[in-house]
Amino acid sequence: MPGLVTRVGRWGLETGRALSDVRTWAPHLIPQMRRLGVDSIPIALFIATFTGIVLSLLSKYIFTGAVPLYFVGALVGKTIMMELGPVLTGLALAGRVGANIAAEIGTMRVTEQVDALETLAYNPHSYLVTPRVLAAILMFPVVTALAVALGVLAGWITSINLLDLSTLEFVKGLRLFYRFKDIWFGLVKSASFGAAVALAGCLMGLATRGGAEGVGRNTTRAVVLGCEAILVLDAFWALVLL
Amino acid sequence: MIRFTDVYKSFGPKTVLAGFTLDIPDNETTVIIGFSGSGKSVALKHIVGLMQPDAGTVEVDGELVADLDRDGLDRLRGNVGYVFQFAALFDSMTVAENIRLGLRRRGLDEETIQTRIRESLALVDLPGAEDRMPAELSGGMRKRVGIARAIALRPHYILYDEPTTGLDPVTSAVIDELMVRARQELGVTGVVVTHDMRSAYTVGDRIAMLYQGRIRQVGTIDEIRHTDDPVVRNFIEGRPFDPERLTTTGATA
Repeated sequence: MPGLVTRVGRWGLETGRALSDVRTWAPHLIPQMRRLGVDSIPIALFIATFTGIVLSLLSKYIFTGAVPLYFVGALVGKTIMMELGPVLTGLALAGRVGANIAAEIGTMRVTEQVDALETLAYNPHSYLVTPRVLAAILMFPVVTALAVALGVLAGWITSINLLDLSTLEFVKGLRLFYRFKDIWFGLVKSASFGAAVALAGCLMGLATRGGAEGVGRNTTRAVVLGCEAILVLDAFWALVLL
Repeated sequence: MIRFTDVYKSFGPKTVLAGFTLDIPDNETTVIIGFSGSGKSVALKHIVGLMQPDAGTVEVDGELVADLDRDGLDRLRGNVGYVFQFAALFDSMTVAENIRLGLRRRGLDEETIQTRIRESLALVDLPGAEDRMPAELSGGMRKRVGIARAIALRPHYILYDEPTTGLDPVTSAVIDELMVRARQELGVTGVVVTHDMRSAYTVGDRIAMLYQGRIRQVGTIDEIRHTDDPVVRNFIEGRPFDPERLTTTGATA
């Protein structure tokens, strides 16, 4: 584990250095934002929708008359904005984005395309790592924001249709404990999740050895590492910011 | 000039280079031959800093490769074209984009880049292949694009890693001819790593045999063809032999 932390740190430092090589990474930033972010929106929205539905139904079950039903809005809003939206989106994207990055760069590594880049005088950190990490940092919060919005919307629709709750009551609950921090707390977390997932994918991709088997092994490792990093960062932000 | 001096390189318990010493003079093609897995490609990767020696030095034009920082390595690599064993074309890019990538890094204007792409593809007999994807190309064509990508940079050195491996004899002969043409028309210094002796005799000015981590013999084609060294002789004639049964003087025990 300490070796892994050192490697992650070294790669992070290299990526930081590569940031100054704007001419190399800038042309790849927008395409990566589209691939890693925009293309991930459907899966994030799918998860958020069902999370919102289940949370509303679960709230009703938990409250069972002891708590006023408009608290459903508070519970759905708070949990989706601050925890489930960022974390579930992050975990889903750790699978999709982390695997995508690790498999692509891993294949480039075992087919000597990364070596070819170096012999053409490109720094792989500038060309491959930096645009992916930046794209993930920028796009994870965007995807998370959309997921949060749809999750709350799904919770509201479920509440007014299945829980005998009016829109006014749901909104009353939603606004009851709302603070602006709820929003940026979730978005800051998701930006850090993006950095962790993309770095894990790049790290494992560049460390790939041994052909197709190696690509498969490191792709799995990238997803696992990304998920672990998300959970650790989630606890870290809760300690630091709450 | 490229100079290896007493280079050692190991991967875990396996020592690949063990006192590897070789001078590669300018303006000729040096062929490094040896068994599969003997460390030929590893030696090649040391020249452009893709690998660093555990001990010993590698110099290119008087500069120690291990001492170069990122800018120094970029400068060195700008002077060295590298043709990979399986071409290593970027599979998400067209043929033209593959060649363009290295040229753009050198800050050339678009008109010069277009001219270089056209000229390089013409030199490897692939005119009009600009818009094709690597997946649409045969193995021989991919290697030719790999050569085009290297020569487009107008390097002083070109390193060829197993350029004819996996190709049929006719396509191999075409690749050999291209390497000879690159040397004659562009005046580049070539370093070819291969175990294909027909190719070695066709493209090489000098041949060096790498055996058990170090150079066993180096000489002109004629000297290698008429060598008395049993290891080299068995290798170039493709005869099976047991290295354990050879004495240090080379006689079979």
